[in-house]
Amino acid sequence: MIEREQVLHVAKLARLGLSDEEVETMAGELSGILEHVDRIAALDLDDVEPTTHVVELENVVRPDVPHESLSPDVALASAPDPEGGAFRVPSPQAEE
Amino acid sequence: MKELLALTALEAHEAMVAGELDASEYAEAWRAAAAGDELNAYLWRDEDGDAPGIAVERPSVAPIAVKDIFCTEGVPTTAGSRILEGYRPPYTATAVRKLIEAGAPILGKTNMDEFAMGSSNENSAYGPVLNPWDRSRVPGGSSGGSAAVVAGGLAPWAIGTDTGGSIRQPAALCGIVGLKPTYGAISRYGMIAFASSLDQCGPFTRTVGDAALLLAILQGRDPCDSTSIGLPEAPRLPDREDLSGLRFAVPAELASDAIEPGVRVVFEATLAKIEGLGGEIAEAPLPHAEHGISAYYVLAPAEASSNLARYDGVRYGMRAPSSGDVIEMYEATRAEGFGAEVKRRIMLGTYALSSGYYDAYYGQAQKVRTKIAGDFKSAFDDFDFVVTPTSPSVAFGLGEKTDDPLAMYLNDFFTVPMSLAGIPAISIPAGLAEPSGGGPQLPVGFQIAAPAFAEQKLLDAAHALEKAIGFDARPQGVPGG
Amino acid sequence: MAELEAVIGLEIHVQLATRTKMFCGCELSFGDEPNVHTCPICLAHPGVLPVVNEQAIHYALKIAAALECEVAPRSIFHRKNYFYPDSPKAYQISQYDIPIAGAGRLGDVRIHRAHLEEDAAKMIHVGESGRIHGSGASLVDFNRGGTPLVEIVTEPDLRSAAEAAAWARLLRETVRQLGVSDVNMEEGSLRVDGNISMRPVGSEELGTKTELKNMNSFRFLERGIEAELVRQRGLIEAGEKVEQETLHFHPEDGSLHPLRSKEEAHDYRYFPEPDLVAIAPTEEMLREARESLPELPAARAQRYQDELDLPEDVAALLAADPETAGYFEQTSKEASGVEPRVVANWVTGELAAALRQEGREASASESKVEPAALASLISMVQEKKISHGSGKTVLAALVAEGGEPATIVEREGLAQISDSGELDSIVAAAIEANPEAAEQIRAGNGKAIGAIVGAVMKETKGRADGGEVNRLIKEKLGD
Ligand SMILES: [Mg+2]
Ligand SMILES: [Zn+2]
Repeated sequence: MIEREQVLHVAKLARLGLSDEEVETMAGELSGILEHVDRIAALDLDDVEPTTHVVELENVVRPDVPHESLSPDVALASAPDPEGGAFRVPSPQAEE
Repeated sequence: MKELLALTALEAHEAMVAGELDASEYAEAWRAAAAGDELNAYLWRDEDGDAPGIAVERPSVAPIAVKDIFCTEGVPTTAGSRILEGYRPPYTATAVRKLIEAGAPILGKTNMDEFAMGSSNENSAYGPVLNPWDRSRVPGGSSGGSAAVVAGGLAPWAIGTDTGGSIRQPAALCGIVGLKPTYGAISRYGMIAFASSLDQCGPFTRTVGDAALLLAILQGRDPCDSTSIGLPEAPRLPDREDLSGLRFAVPAELASDAIEPGVRVVFEATLAKIEGLGGEIAEAPLPHAEHGISAYYVLAPAEASSNLARYDGVRYGMRAPSSGDVIEMYEATRAEGFGAEVKRRIMLGTYALSSGYYDAYYGQAQKVRTKIAGDFKSAFDDFDFVVTPTSPSVAFGLGEKTDDPLAMYLNDFFTVPMSLAGIPAISIPAGLAEPSGGGPQLPVGFQIAAPAFAEQKLLDAAHALEKAIGFDARPQGVPGG
Repeated sequence: MAELEAVIGLEIHVQLATRTKMFCGCELSFGDEPNVHTCPICLAHPGVLPVVNEQAIHYALKIAAALECEVAPRSIFHRKNYFYPDSPKAYQISQYDIPIAGAGRLGDVRIHRAHLEEDAAKMIHVGESGRIHGSGASLVDFNRGGTPLVEIVTEPDLRSAAEAAAWARLLRETVRQLGVSDVNMEEGSLRVDGNISMRPVGSEELGTKTELKNMNSFRFLERGIEAELVRQRGLIEAGEKVEQETLHFHPEDGSLHPLRSKEEAHDYRYFPEPDLVAIAPTEEMLREARESLPELPAARAQRYQDELDLPEDVAALLAADPETAGYFEQTSKEASGVEPRVVANWVTGELAAALRQEGREASASESKVEPAALASLISMVQEKKISHGSGKTVLAALVAEGGEPATIVEREGLAQISDSGELDSIVAAAIEANPEAAEQIRAGNGKAIGAIVGAVMKETKGRADGGEVNRLIKEKLGD
């Protein structure tokens, strides 16, 4: 069962603004889904290797050779708030 | 020669090679057909075939519809999300580049569930796609638009992506062929990520032969995708006529009673056709497959929660107006830019990865994944293929399952295990069945799964079965045969 | 209260001097226009994928070899998830539970681990802005974003600020000589953070540690750590607790300020990066890394002590930079028959002094003094052809104009008086000239001899051998 507080904490981690009613419905829906998901918690898999992905490749690398970078105007073409060749954002809360 | 739009992509291709068909006229005819989209299947169309960045100089292959999850330089790419409204990528996905280089004009970008999260296409920020067989029903998802344009006579073929069934399920619900190749067969570069360890590009076609032709164009190792491998050899056109000497496994555990009676009937009939072609049918254990959904709905949202974190209103896409600091901007932008299902999965995935829960959820799900892959491995020791219905039901009604996420997730019951194992699986139309609630008959898909990189064998068998089934039904007013 | 000791560990971020970034082909740069070295990958556009830079792996393996680390047979990358405008993907690709390099050591400090990751972008605060009340705005420049980093973490083996700074210098020299980084603290290609705690001497467990950041020079590193040690000692002695926190060092006034965290909830939700495969160094990769290593300061200093039996401090001084070391080795090769110890003293002593005299910043290797020249000068002095004093005079001339010591000795007439007859009469004359000194010496006051020796040296312009002069005086004044 997911509590309201947990929903708020996770939403904070995910940087998701949720309305009060979204928080409520979310708590119910997540609980329902996790209840189903929790079936796998019962399985005894202690000595099973986890699978990150099915590809068995190793050492896939690229040579240290420059490619052409984007021109600044293209790089900033879809920026919501470009300024002086840079991406402008509201400042993070002061660090000190 | 058949009516132009009735040709399969392969027939059209052969006619072009033989000089009997002008590729440009053919592409023009399809652009005209695409313009008649009444299914909300296209989000963008290249009306005159001259969109800079993706235009094809001299067409030599059938034109194609591309799921809006593939980045196309200078051409709107939204992944069905509000947060990418108006976004025009500065680059083109490898899969699309290969199509263009092969001479396949891009007809347009198809509608989809937001960031490929959904099984009904009702999660698109741009409205649901309608099923060409019955416009009151869903086409399936997440690649609903790509399935609908091929089934609805708006494109000769299309590409989509499959993470837990997003090609196979809509192909089944729209009565066409859908192939999810082995993970790593086709580059993921430029394919907007949902769940990186599961996402795979694949074809939507009318026939298995078309699927083979399209796979041959798309597959291959890509230096831009560290997890891409390509196929051991370029796919040939399938020509097998029988199934003698081949063993088909029916997973005992997946004989779920959630299967609609009509779907079950078609499935049984198809098994009989396999035996008629000399194939052998037997039950095989896949003990962990039933936990596929649980593992999938931990792993996919976990990866998604990280993949979708980049949509923060800083470098591209929408930014919601907000006062205060950057955190408020993030929260406002993501609250406004994402739809309900995407938020749900971001929450689910963030929770599953958060400290204290990782081992119980993400770690455990990764182990279940290992077990499921192991189940298939041992099944393929005795069998050539594993077969199931593609979807437990035929196309369901719009809005029927929207308020029950779990019920929606269970649509992927038969398709998720193959995704987790990374093996290839194809859905071919096997017949028509009446929906449990009654109503006009709708397509039923038959899924065949093969060992990793055994695409050729899979296509050959599917081709033989396709011939035996002889499915030639088409939605109202769609040229075919 | 028991005596307290400092327990210091360092975390060092080294920017690798590859041509391109860690996961894309954008060129590395410093001080260019903003966002001219960006692409869809390092701007984290939808659908892009990272591909590992081969050279970054090679450089990391060189560092691992230089620090005598165990290399992981199979290391993987993780995603470190956090939202911040300098992190375009909102996760940093970094090695987490299986770093490429494990336990190692440099000098007498143990290395805990070294791992590969990518650097963040640069943010410039631009102050208040009309549209955004309350907080100002910042500009983000992604040129630096994605620069390859090797993060080196030491065990808490350092016991003082000075020790920490000295070791950091050794690490800097070592990495510089590997040729894998500019290691410039001011430009940020070398960034050193400190993990600092105190504990009663003899105690084994660690006290609560603080993390110290933003010390962008070795001087500041030492001052910052010193300041934090003083602060912690004060707290503990006042019976208060040290809070676990991150502190920012302010060079202007040497003050320390607690840093508020980027995410109020520090939960990075690490998980294996599904877009990358494992790094499993082959025998060949490891050999290439090993074989590309030059002789490094620590090893060279050890060799000087063991083989040339130089004292530890002199050995370290000579070994620090390869040019000086090469100069020293060349000189002692030329000066056959002279003890390396003597040559070392000339290089680190007289020559260094003479160069400073001349106001030359130039190192020995860049000076006008050829190793061969210095070698023959040292030999002359050893063989008493000239006095040690004259030796310094000649060295000064060599520093100023270069050339051959012999010719300078000739020109300046500095050759030692070898004809004892001549010296004998000069000594006699000096005694004549200083009767009272002579008297005192006869009376047994040895000190008085100085006056007469001085007179002789004045007369001979220092060309006489002091020992010989003393002998003659004593002989004549019979004692
Ligand atoms: Mg780091
Ligand atoms: Zn780049």
